[in-house]
Amino acid sequence: MNAITDQTIRSATISCLVDNEAGVLARVIGLFSGRGYNIDSLTVAPVDDGRGRSRINVVTSGTAMVIEQIKAQLDRLVPVYRVGDLTMSGPHLARELALVKVVASGQTLVDALLEAGRHGARVVDATVASFIFELSESTDRIDIFIAALRPLGLAEISRTGVAAMACGPDTI
Amino acid sequence: MTQTMTAPATTAPTAPDTAAGAEILLRALKDQGVEVIFGYPGGAVLPIYDAIFQQNAIRHILVRHEQAAVHAAEGYARSTGKVGVVLVTSGPGATNAVTGLVDALMDSIPVVCLTGQVPTHLIGNDAFQEADTTGITRPATKHNYLVKRSEDLARVVHEAFYVARSGRPGPVVIDLPKDILIGQAPYTEKPEQPHRSYRPATAPQPEQIGRAIALLKSATRPIIYVGGGVINSGDRAAEALTRFVRKTGFPCTSTLMGLGAFPSSDSQFLGMLGMHGTYEANLAMHGCDVMLNVGARFDDRVTGRLNAFSPDSRKIHIDIDPSSINKNVAVEVPVIGDAGMALEALIEAWDNAPTRAPDIASWWAQIRGWQAIDCLKFTQTKAKGGIIKPQHAVKRLYEITRDLGRETYISTEVGQHQMWAAQYIRFEKPNRWLTSGGLGTMGYGLPAAMGAQVAHPDALCIDVAGEASILMNIQEMATLAQYRLPVKVFILNNQYMGMVRQWQELLHGSRYSESYSEALPDFVKLADSFHAVGMRATCIDELDDVIHAMLAEPRAVIADICVDQKENCFPMIPSGAAHNDMILGPEHGTALQDGRAAGLTDEGLVLV
Ligand SMILES: Cc1ncc(C[n+]2csc(CCOP(=O)(O)OP(=O)(O)O)c2C)c(N)n1
Ligand SMILES: [Mg+2]
Repeated sequence: MNAITDQTIRSATISCLVDNEAGVLARVIGLFSGRGYNIDSLTVAPVDDGRGRSRINVVTSGTAMVIEQIKAQLDRLVPVYRVGDLTMSGPHLARELALVKVVASGQTLVDALLEAGRHGARVVDATVASFIFELSESTDRIDIFIAALRPLGLAEISRTGVAAMACGPDTI
Repeated sequence: MTQTMTAPATTAPTAPDTAAGAEILLRALKDQGVEVIFGYPGGAVLPIYDAIFQQNAIRHILVRHEQAAVHAAEGYARSTGKVGVVLVTSGPGATNAVTGLVDALMDSIPVVCLTGQVPTHLIGNDAFQEADTTGITRPATKHNYLVKRSEDLARVVHEAFYVARSGRPGPVVIDLPKDILIGQAPYTEKPEQPHRSYRPATAPQPEQIGRAIALLKSATRPIIYVGGGVINSGDRAAEALTRFVRKTGFPCTSTLMGLGAFPSSDSQFLGMLGMHGTYEANLAMHGCDVMLNVGARFDDRVTGRLNAFSPDSRKIHIDIDPSSINKNVAVEVPVIGDAGMALEALIEAWDNAPTRAPDIASWWAQIRGWQAIDCLKFTQTKAKGGIIKPQHAVKRLYEITRDLGRETYISTEVGQHQMWAAQYIRFEKPNRWLTSGGLGTMGYGLPAAMGAQVAHPDALCIDVAGEASILMNIQEMATLAQYRLPVKVFILNNQYMGMVRQWQELLHGSRYSESYSEALPDFVKLADSFHAVGMRATCIDELDDVIHAMLAEPRAVIADICVDQKENCFPMIPSGAAHNDMILGPEHGTALQDGRAAGLTDEGLVLV
């Protein structure tokens, strides 16, 4: 009962397995917007051979009661097979991929390259005036990487949002 | 313009079971047990109308507005327990249906609505009468489909019926592009296997039933609070509920949607609860120590101010929809499953539990004390020419129909009359009460009564109406005439949008802004022009005669009952007030303070 009256806001990473049909993403997004829930990140892609099923990963936040509501609401959508709350069900991995472009010259461009190396980012495009770095990491670490590049000619960012999975042998 | 393709010789021999999409559609409907469709034609659905023309298995009722088609299907569904079926054209046909769809969504009524659509190659091109129907109806339905391939058609129809009636029922839209209706499509039978992703749990978890029984047996001030979920679950659920309530000896109250699930004449019934519920029901909810909610959803009309709702109780909640649990009110024992199955499990567990039934005699004594207040009391003058109290009109309607002994279905519009009907008409059986609870849709009652009358041709179907609401779907009088449906429209004509006027009186300093029903039609003449019979009662000495005449009339009737314009509906828990902040009304000496009712706060004023 306390969990329900608890007003602290927590972040939750929720994954669901859905039928890969037209409109399924609209149903999920509509559920969040229609009921006033937050979407911090959302990813979707087919995950089986026949492209018949997709996995949607949503990072959201709310009170325990709201998170429970979100899961129950997702689960009652007709094309949803399973809903898993990765945050609640133990350790999990959450990764996103970022492409970050810096446009600079001289020492700044060299500093950006050194910074990228320190964060483990790869150079995927280079010109005399620019780099594109690629980094696959947790959301926090990508935030830190981007912050580090800000004074070094940061020009453009493209991020995928979170793909997530529980650690160990369990699946959703 | 249209063509039917009945198994042309060119059909590939490898696909023996194919026909034009429209015919496949009708075949699937027939296999789903559909007997009647409420609809309205248009260009996009002409192939379906052509197929309807060429068969006799399914009857089509031509309504006069697509919103009414959905409400009629709701009335049909609610009064039979079957899925109601609607057929409308693309664009405006579909958009007109939206109010009905949301109504069915809010009240969990199973409806399948077939909408026409422009041919697939034109979708997205702003074609004539194109609307993004699946986009518009996504939040208005439980689920919706756009059939883009002929081979999906039959499967989608079967699936739509399954989704509409399973779990928590609701409306499902199937959007049908015209080329799919004309082109050849294969037929597939109803699937034998369970649905691949949507499988709502119906069997309650035994350990939760055990916890519920332990809690119920420990109660000293228990209450059973039932909702529309019991009606949706079916007759078995209502029977199980009645057995369980009688077995436990516990008091029972019902939401607006649950009326009839438990017999109202039973001495254990406390009447409806909530905003216009009885004093005893609301105080018992407020003061109970254990609450058993069966198929209700802690709606704001029922709970009043949430942080003051039943503060000292431990709660059990039976619901088939897990998202209803802990949505508004935290409960200690959730039971996810079908209401009927859960109640049967409770009965068994109650009998098998070693603990004795709790002694609740002093609780009953307290409840009997609250009942003695007689919160629904009103004073009707008997003087000749005296003005009719709306409560009295409803009470007499109830008493006379009850004494008549015919099978009776009552629908309502929305407003004060709806609440008086809920308060003064007693329902002994489920599925006899048709009202728009969640959405509160004025214009619901006439088409809903029409749908019930189609399903029960020999029954008495009465729409208790307000003079404002009835005008919202008055065109359906023509449908009544066409199909000789003898629906009785019983208008409590107070010449006001009474419920609006009441709120303005209680909350807005009696400034009756735009709530007077100006320039009303003459309802007697209106009935006449729609080939029905018009009647009017202007004073108390005419009331019973008009009711008797209405009930004896074999044709449709509009009875215009002129009632006291100033009457308010009490008891009332103003929005944002607690159950024990109820206003009882003038019969009990409640007065306004500063032009506002007691218990009203500024925070309450923002609420609906
Ligand atoms: C479609 C729709 N529009 C507006 C409202 C708001 N509303 C609720 S009750 C009411 C007045 C109804 O008047 P009437 O039908 O005469 O019933 P009465 O309250 O007088 O019995 C109104 C306007 C509504 N419920 N539905
Ligand atoms: Mg009125």
